[in-house]
Amino acid sequence: MRNIFTIVGRELRAYFISPIAYAVLTMFALLSGLFFVDYLGRVMQMAMLAGMQSAQFGGQAPPMDAPGTLMKAFLGTTGVVLLFMTPMLTMGLFSEEKKRGTMELLLTAPITDLQIVLGKFFAASTFMIVLLGTTWVPVSALYFYAKPASGPILVGYLGMFLYGLAIVSIGMFISSATESQIVAGIITFGVLLAMWMSGSFVQGVDNPIIKGVFDYLAVVNHLDDFVKGVLSTTNVIFYLSLTLLGLFLTYRSIDSLRWRG
Amino acid sequence: MISVENVTKRYPAKTAVENLSFQVEKGEILGFLGPNGAGKTTTMRIVTGFMPATEGTVRVDGFDVFEQPLEARKRIGYLPENPPLYFEMTPLGYLRFAAKLKGVRGARVDEEVTRVMQKTHIEDVKDRIIAKLSKGYKQRVGLAQALLNDPPVLILDEPTIGLDPRQIHEVRELIKELAGDHTVVLSTHILPEVEQTCHRVIIIDRGKIAAVGTPESLRLQAQGAEQVFVEVEGPQPEVLIRLQSTRAVKEVRVVSSENGCSRYQIEGEARADVRRDVARAVVEGGWGLLELHATRMSLEDVFIKLITDDTTQTAPSAESE
Repeated sequence: MRNIFTIVGRELRAYFISPIAYAVLTMFALLSGLFFVDYLGRVMQMAMLAGMQSAQFGGQAPPMDAPGTLMKAFLGTTGVVLLFMTPMLTMGLFSEEKKRGTMELLLTAPITDLQIVLGKFFAASTFMIVLLGTTWVPVSALYFYAKPASGPILVGYLGMFLYGLAIVSIGMFISSATESQIVAGIITFGVLLAMWMSGSFVQGVDNPIIKGVFDYLAVVNHLDDFVKGVLSTTNVIFYLSLTLLGLFLTYRSIDSLRWRG
Repeated sequence: MISVENVTKRYPAKTAVENLSFQVEKGEILGFLGPNGAGKTTTMRIVTGFMPATEGTVRVDGFDVFEQPLEARKRIGYLPENPPLYFEMTPLGYLRFAAKLKGVRGARVDEEVTRVMQKTHIEDVKDRIIAKLSKGYKQRVGLAQALLNDPPVLILDEPTIGLDPRQIHEVRELIKELAGDHTVVLSTHILPEVEQTCHRVIIIDRGKIAAVGTPESLRLQAQGAEQVFVEVEGPQPEVLIRLQSTRAVKEVRVVSSENGCSRYQIEGEARADVRRDVARAVVEGGWGLLELHATRMSLEDVFIKLITDDTTQTAPSAESE
């Protein structure tokens, strides 16, 4: 366990020494903040419209969960922003070590390959949690001015977290397969984007099995339920199994690196 | 301390190391000599447990590097060909990380880091960014990393590469100092390095051991015969005849001659030291012995001889060497 922490510590320090971390943090916070403001404006407009309509036709305005509506839209979009930012976090995890030759230090140290893989995974995941943490700035404003239902928001964040773990582990695997972090970044980006749109590839297909498979693979779709505040085991299992798959593939990739030298 | 048995490493395209076996005793400095691509780095990587061998076993202090990798790796300090440095870190931060990676804990981390920095003389750059250090300093930071946690076995792949002559001297002295308590395997293609630092040499060529021995014995082995150079004051034909009839002398050649003094190159029979007999022959002849010395083959000559001999053996169709 201590060996894992040693790796996590170095990785996190490396993130914050390089300008990449600050660029990713800034852009993520900026983009998610802009979306929040945008959605806030829309929700307020909707509420005002509903209020005006009810005033026009008389009677009570229909009950509306403005904070909830806002959070649903916000978390959904933040998931997409995270998908764009994650490749930047994972692209260098192994590719840089391979290029610099530091992989040789790690692979000849008295630690196991699994400890190396987990250390890197936890480090990138920690950074991903920090990214998600920045969204609490606008969300806490929501708590300041309104009374949103916390349950659905927490479920939404749990979903974001599991989704984040899954895409981090995929990115880490791709990084372990190349020596160039740019290549790793581009491929990760492509794979995640393809997984995001997976459902729309088969829109016109009649075969329910194919359609089902592609719909299932659509990585963001599984986020929808969480964002609505619905906690379903299917979605939890989807993200966890995707995470484990990524970890396993990375582990195998390191093993094959040893054999190939 | 290290035992390598029948190790073979095959890649899809080529066989890097073939059926390699050797032992390294405790306290010994073993030099690995060979041209680039001979399999030095591959062998070292197998010994350190970086990569598994296709066949054969390697034991370090009794631990199989493949079956009990963590126990074996705990006992090895390794400096790869390219020092494994994180360029964005400082030597201090890097060595602290490497120390923890090697299982050093708590207050001992800083003690160990200070100790290895003193040994490799890098304390004055400990807070600079590694990327900005000179090649020599980078190399020494890498070496410092290998010394962390005082491992009994040190595997150093080209430890003096990129250093200036003074630093090369320092590193060699450091390696000599480490021997005794430590077992050192170092690779190099710089021949004087092997002659100066190593107790024993393995010459490796195209994945196979071409020769093993002390630098001294290798020289003898390849030389086959002792060569002696003499300068004699006296009539050349008579001296020549006398020298040719001296015991154990195989061949005498006149190198040059002027003012009644001639220089002769004498080749003795295998492993025979003809110097005493040659000296006596000259003195008994009543001539003046102006100079006499054995001309030694340098390890470089040995090396080239071994490698080229091997070429003619394995590739008889080659027209020239």
